Amino acid sequence: MTRVGVVMLVHTALHRAEQVIRHWVAGDCPVLVHVDANVKSEEFDRFKSSVSDLPTVQFSPRHRCEWGTWGIVAATQEASEIMLRDNPDVTHVYLASGSCLPLRSVDELHDYLAGRPRVDFIESATTADVPWTVGGLDEERFTMRFPFSWKKNRRLFDGYVSLQRKLKLRRKIPEGIVPHMGSQWWCLTRQTLSAILQDPDRATYDRYFKRVWIPDESYFQTLVRLYSPKVESRSLTLSKFDFQGKPHIFYDDHLQLLRRSDCFVARKIWPHANRLYDTFLGKSGTIKAAEPNPGKIDRIFARAVDRRTRGRPGLYMQSRFPNEDWENGVTCAPYSIFEGFSELFEDFDEWLSKATGARVHGHLFAPERAEFAGGQSTFVGALSDCAALRDYNSRSFIRSLVWNTRGERQCFQFGPHDNQTISWDIAKDPNAQISVISGAWAVPLYQSNRNFADLRDEAARLQKIEAEHLDALRSIYSKARIRIWTLAEFIESPMEALQTVVDEITGKSVRGLTEAPRMVDLAGFGQFLQNLKNQGMHPYLMGDFPVDPVPTNEQRNTRKPYLVR
Amino acid sequence: MGLWRSYRLRIQRRRWLVRAVRKRRDLKVVADRTSQIRGRDILLVATMRNEDVRLPFFLKYYRDLGVNHFLIIDNDSDDGGREYLADQPDVSVWRTGKSYKRSRFGIDWVNWLLMRYAHGHWVLTVDPDELFVYPFCDTRPLRALTDWLDASSIKSFSAMLLDMYPKGPISAIPYRRGDDPLEIANWFDSGNYTIQRNPAFGNLWIQGGPRAREFFQDNPERSPALNKVPLVKWNRRYAYVSSTHMLLPRGLNLVYDEWGGEKASGILLHTKFLDTLTVKAHEELLRKQHYAASHEYKAYVAGLQDDTDLWCKWSEKYINWRQLEILGLMSKGNWA
Repeated sequence: MTRVGVVMLVHTALHRAEQVIRHWVAGDCPVLVHVDANVKSEEFDRFKSSVSDLPTVQFSPRHRCEWGTWGIVAATQEASEIMLRDNPDVTHVYLASGSCLPLRSVDELHDYLAGRPRVDFIESATTADVPWTVGGLDEERFTMRFPFSWKKNRRLFDGYVSLQRKLKLRRKIPEGIVPHMGSQWWCLTRQTLSAILQDPDRATYDRYFKRVWIPDESYFQTLVRLYSPKVESRSLTLSKFDFQGKPHIFYDDHLQLLRRSDCFVARKIWPHANRLYDTFLGKSGTIKAAEPNPGKIDRIFARAVDRRTRGRPGLYMQSRFPNEDWENGVTCAPYSIFEGFSELFEDFDEWLSKATGARVHGHLFAPERAEFAGGQSTFVGALSDCAALRDYNSRSFIRSLVWNTRGERQCFQFGPHDNQTISWDIAKDPNAQISVISGAWAVPLYQSNRNFADLRDEAARLQKIEAEHLDALRSIYSKARIRIWTLAEFIESPMEALQTVVDEITGKSVRGLTEAPRMVDLAGFGQFLQNLKNQGMHPYLMGDFPVDPVPTNEQRNTRKPYLVR
Repeated sequence: MGLWRSYRLRIQRRRWLVRAVRKRRDLKVVADRTSQIRGRDILLVATMRNEDVRLPFFLKYYRDLGVNHFLIIDNDSDDGGREYLADQPDVSVWRTGKSYKRSRFGIDWVNWLLMRYAHGHWVLTVDPDELFVYPFCDTRPLRALTDWLDASSIKSFSAMLLDMYPKGPISAIPYRRGDDPLEIANWFDSGNYTIQRNPAFGNLWIQGGPRAREFFQDNPERSPALNKVPLVKWNRRYAYVSSTHMLLPRGLNLVYDEWGGEKASGILLHTKFLDTLTVKAHEELLRKQHYAASHEYKAYVAGLQDDTDLWCKWSEKYINWRQLEILGLMSKGNWA
């Protein structure tokens, strides 16, 4: 008949350990308790007397159990020996800690083990195949010496590791064993455990593992491979580790998750989680034969680790402020910038929002104010349209805008009139889709009614700004999706260009665009450019714009809107 | 960081500590119950002036979170708040009539109490209008957080100041003693904050929110700092430098991750914008005891005279910490 003996390693929260011991004993399990030698003797005595009414509870000699050192293994070995010696009817030994909480009744555990005779439940994997380790020591934990404490003498520890690396010092792994590692918490059969403990070569193995890094996660995990007829490489104890290698802690609000996980034991429980202790130790409940299924808990903890190591892309906040190139996404979603389009088309904003369904703003970086869609004075997230606030940190402004509007694509106009501070930021952002009609800023100049000398100066200024901006876009650092047409190129086949851009935004190219935005009348524009040239100001960003015939008085037909097919 | 700079910061820290010791003479004991403090108690330190109306809710809020002892400096209140505090069983009170400004806006006094009583304790340093919110605060007590921080070897915990305001003019609904201020001021700005790194102290400098939006359009650089590190496992060698915005040694300011991940963080709900502010702003302007020549209060008085409404169409209504987490104002980090 199956009978589980529990070896329990205790170092804090002794009152909780006592509760759990009573639970095991009530299920007819002998318990062998090891209390860390660091616990004060008065505290130990009080604890010992608190369970003195339980005849099947024994205490083993106390070892000093510092994390990552041999003490834990030595304590486990000795306690297991006593357990096997004094309880001849014990068929399995379950290694648990004082902060482990049994989630299912002992009978269920007995039934489960009885249904799987001679199976050892111990997580055991070779170092080469799993990326579990934290801090870069995987295979090396078996080939180096670790005489210094990682917790207390971190510098010595690290120094000695790098010294050994430099001198290429390697220890020999004892013949016949292949290092494996895995969770410290196992459930082994009497046959396997006694074979490990009574191995004629045990002294050799012990000597070797004494200087291995974290032997409690590798000693039994390695040796079990020598003797076990069947290793089921998983732990019956639900225990999840975070990115620093310390166990996740369970609280009262995990109650439903734990209940549904159908695991036998969970670790580690916060000692003040009263509801968990009351619920799981109090019930007698119905007996289920369910297989442990920690999937949901696994996912929650995996997400937590992911959040801590990778974070939410495009988020900048009080506890996430990545260095350049570590952003994992400078912004959180794709957005589009149009340069020169609203100058060339009369109703571009409306047309674009109709064609793509995206949110289309005006010039967000205009000198007077941020021209939010619909002329609003604030926008999502209570972003203000105030130019001073925006320019105070324009990088935060655009990142906030994209973050705040997650789920809705943002488009805005940009041009040489606008604040250019973000020029490099958008150029380097892979989420930015930038479409430029270079030189289109000259169109409003042409339409305006100003003195030509002013126009000439203004044109020279804008051309210089746009040229600098284009340098950024064309530099080797730019990562945005960038398309640049000269004005002359663009007006040759505007629909084709618009189609490409729109397709990229909507992510499909099912139908051709049925409606075109209305282009401004460019008659005489070529001559305007020629006039600038005649004044010594060469507008080159527009490309080779044809000079119209010298204007005559003849009546012209008004231009029809473009229609495709 | 070079040796020279780290040496200078060390000197600076010493200077603040010496100053704190010197300024202890400003403080006169009103009620000293510090002998009740036990080894693992969580403490709260606050400086206040005429905040009687907020006190009942403030104490209840933090007692419910699991604060074991309150250490409070009263800067010459005349509204009965000091007497009320002195009657509480878990509060120690000191009184001072000395200048708030000359004690670096109360920080010297706070540093003294921290040095004297908080060594080895987790301690929250907050204002009476700040309510601390952290991940899982609805289901886990503060002790769960500090235990987790201990286990993760984290010594300081960030909580950005989030300005809360009512919908409509702030004097429209009167705040009554004992009420939850969040029932009146329950709106906030979710995404208009700017962040810069402060190279000298390594902290982030966060600005923005409704105050920047409404009162500091002309000079955004003067809008108040919102970054705070209110929860620290204190050591008598630590010192707050400027309010609770930053500390020395500077490692305590590294509450943010620089390699793409998110560290766990909380929020201080700032319930300043209640009807009580209008009176206070005028008084504080006369006293001239606030930071940067009371620039902030000048702006309030100018802005609040015509009963400015901080609420806008895109304001967010406060629900709970999970909402703040989703909006990206705070994070669970790897606490799950």
